[in-house]
Amino acid sequence: MLMQGLKKIGAILLLSMVSVAAYADYSWNFPEPVTPMALDTLHVHNKFMLITMAIFVVVLAIMIYSIFAHRKSKGFKPVTDKAPSTAIEIFWTLIPFAILLLIDFVIMGIPAYRSIIMMEDTRNGSEMVIKVTGSQWRWQYEYMSGDAEGIKFVSNLTTNTKQMYNEEEKSQNYLLEVDNPLVLPVDTKVRVLMTATDVLHNWWVPQFGASRLAVPGFIRETWVQVTKPGIYRGQCKELCGKGHGYMPVVVHAVSKEEYKTWVLAKKDEAAQADAGADQEWTKEDLMAKGKEVYEKNCAVCHQVTGAGLPPAFPALTGGKITTAPIFGADGKYLPDSHLDRILNGKNIMPAWKALLNDTEIAAVTSYERNALGNSVGDLVQPSQVKAARQ
Amino acid sequence: MSTTTVAHHDEHADHPTGIMRWLTTTNHKDIGTMYLTFSLIMFLVGGSMILGIRAELFQPGLQLMNPDFFNQLIGVHALIMIFAALMPAATGFANWMIPLQIGAPDMALPRLNNWGFWLLPPSAILLTLPFILALFGIGDGALATGWTFYPPLSIQGGFGVDFAIFAVHLLGISSVLGSINIIVTLYNMRAPGMTLMKMPLFAWGWLITAFLLIATIPVLAGAVTMLLTDRHFGTHFFDAAGGGDPVMFQHLFWFFGHPEVYILLLPVWGFIPQILQTFSRKPVYGYKAQVYSFWAIGALAVVVWAHHFFTAGLPVPALLYFMYSTMAISLPLAVLFFCWIKTMWKGSMSFETPMLFTVGWIILFGIGGLTGLVLADVAADAQYHNSYFVVAHFHYTLFAGGIMGIMAGVYYWLPKMTGHMYNEKLGKTHFWLTAISFNMTFIPQFFLGLAGMPRRIPDYALQFAEFNMISSISAFVLGLSQLLFVYIIITCVRGGKKATDQVWEGAEGLEWTLSSPPPYHSFAEQPVIK
Repeated sequence: MLMQGLKKIGAILLLSMVSVAAYADYSWNFPEPVTPMALDTLHVHNKFMLITMAIFVVVLAIMIYSIFAHRKSKGFKPVTDKAPSTAIEIFWTLIPFAILLLIDFVIMGIPAYRSIIMMEDTRNGSEMVIKVTGSQWRWQYEYMSGDAEGIKFVSNLTTNTKQMYNEEEKSQNYLLEVDNPLVLPVDTKVRVLMTATDVLHNWWVPQFGASRLAVPGFIRETWVQVTKPGIYRGQCKELCGKGHGYMPVVVHAVSKEEYKTWVLAKKDEAAQADAGADQEWTKEDLMAKGKEVYEKNCAVCHQVTGAGLPPAFPALTGGKITTAPIFGADGKYLPDSHLDRILNGKNIMPAWKALLNDTEIAAVTSYERNALGNSVGDLVQPSQVKAARQ
Repeated sequence: MSTTTVAHHDEHADHPTGIMRWLTTTNHKDIGTMYLTFSLIMFLVGGSMILGIRAELFQPGLQLMNPDFFNQLIGVHALIMIFAALMPAATGFANWMIPLQIGAPDMALPRLNNWGFWLLPPSAILLTLPFILALFGIGDGALATGWTFYPPLSIQGGFGVDFAIFAVHLLGISSVLGSINIIVTLYNMRAPGMTLMKMPLFAWGWLITAFLLIATIPVLAGAVTMLLTDRHFGTHFFDAAGGGDPVMFQHLFWFFGHPEVYILLLPVWGFIPQILQTFSRKPVYGYKAQVYSFWAIGALAVVVWAHHFFTAGLPVPALLYFMYSTMAISLPLAVLFFCWIKTMWKGSMSFETPMLFTVGWIILFGIGGLTGLVLADVAADAQYHNSYFVVAHFHYTLFAGGIMGIMAGVYYWLPKMTGHMYNEKLGKTHFWLTAISFNMTFIPQFFLGLAGMPRRIPDYALQFAEFNMISSISAFVLGLSQLLFVYIIITCVRGGKKATDQVWEGAEGLEWTLSSPPPYHSFAEQPVIK
């Protein structure tokens, strides 16, 4: 009766959510592994699961037999147990423990030992190094060696808030899509250095089998070697505050040739941005760029309208800092001014100088001062930000 | 020993009535009742919090709450369930049953006992008050770091973290006081002839628990105090900028946190064999083996802590050590399972509600234990860690292994405590509802974890939708079934068929020689154990 009712409710709910159901699926095991480590993890997992299930089923069967056979209602009389005394009895009692010892320390223990050695060997045969930095609530990637050395960028969630609040249909990769995915060449062992700027994060792509804590002030490391081109998605898996569910990891694994092309394009882009920083920008350009930067990076806390979420995240509209002058008489920016706060951060407010380039910082500062209900009037040029960094 | 003599002495028991009876009581039964009542109330509070979470996770998107409030609910749910529901329930049973089982007139330190209980309501208030203050616009709610308080997130947090730190201090003091009391009672107040190796297993389980609490609670208290000084007094224990290390907190926390699992489970492992013995009508099998296993588990409990953070970047030798030592726990645990099943084997079993819960408990706790063995494997743990697989695993050990065990104990001893039989039919209904909906809630979470859903996220990608929906619906069935439990307890307290002194046909032990309910002051004449 109850179960029928539940089924009915379930059926109605399922029908009402066809759009969600279209992408949902029942997955019973790890996703397809694409690195040696993930493959190893899957094998270990499958083997261990089979062993534990076998133990479970055997023990359960014995129990169920006893439950049905040794019932008072069937008139079964209790026997008197004796502790095992003869050698043969002791032998039989010890057999289960011998099996367990064998499983723990030989059947599982030895392969696990090999896996650990493999997992922790980040250096041997590694061809390139990247640094992954977790911040609330985005990942920053920096290529530390090889052709791509010097390339760095921030990777933000692109799912819009309307989808989160159910005002729009959810896209296929809801919450697992970013603006700048990490790009890695296939069949290349990549040493991944991990750190964080504020709180603990954990960089995790299930198909890679690698997961490591990002600790502020420390470097941790792991490695990946993707064997199959594709787009791989994962998430932060260490609670890092209110945006914990909103910092996905997306990795594009491409062929080595495609990777080279991507590196060249990315370097070109960086050169152009540098050149742009030396130009004088118009108000429209700054505001347009600033809106883009603001909504990608700032709106998660200070909100799209600038209203903030006081007391943790102050309002920018009519804010004390956003409306006060930035530069002193000597042309240098003032301590605790708008630009100082964006560059260097304070408490929960992150320091953006390592995350955004000069143009982006100039644009977003100008935008915050002349939009979101503010109209201070002054603009900040990329050249001023460049000067301020020195 | 004549029970009528004992009942006669009860007339001399004079104590204040009304509220003053409960505020000032030093009687172990009154205090036990207060612990159990408090535990039941907090179980419902913590449970309704998680139903809020399951409602939010019913489908993708944010429907009911913002992510910050979501984080507050998960952390406070865990703290309440562990510290305010499970631990007080075990302490309640200890207060009620240990003196009865060892033939003592009361606990050794009755005033300490009273104080130990009355520290709990203030700490429950400390845990939940920030939610209420936030309603009035004061502060930004309770701690939003999960129950583990990991810095630097907990250093960043609002005053909810401070409230939780002080709550943990009070709860810790309460636990240590309770533990001292139990150790002193067990060592000094056993009836003549009851050697340590003749103590009921429940007393043994609690003795190890008490030692573990005294060994580990001060470490937790120290760790959260360091957090407090980091937050307010400029120390840098957990801040790399000042030479500290955030991961050190994890070491300190789990040095307490892992034994805590056994602190919650050992009392249950203690009375489960007693229930099996009663309903199998056959003495506990392997008493000594079980006692030695308790000791082994107690010893291993304090040396395996780092398996809770294998992905934090430990050196290889540490990974190997913590993996192998964790796997070693499966050996004494296997001894216990062996003894439990051997106690049932060729007994003359009947399946009243306590026995149903016990058998269900063995099976479900078995799943929790076996998945725990898998989790010990460092290689696979990189995937399981902080995924829903872990959430499912520890609910099999703590809901099935903890709370369903406690429920078995409640049905087992309720007739003794109240003097009335509970409604057997409703009890069995409660068991089946709980067992089925529990599995329907948590089995999908194993698969969610394998598919890659991290825990503690307020919203999730679309491929996780189906299993989350099944889990949420079942969680509500599970939650609502507990109202039946409350109803059964209340009706049993208020009346019902009179319970006999022995209550259960196969029950043996000193507590079953007393009247049901036992007199206010039991064992006016000391029983002698042969």
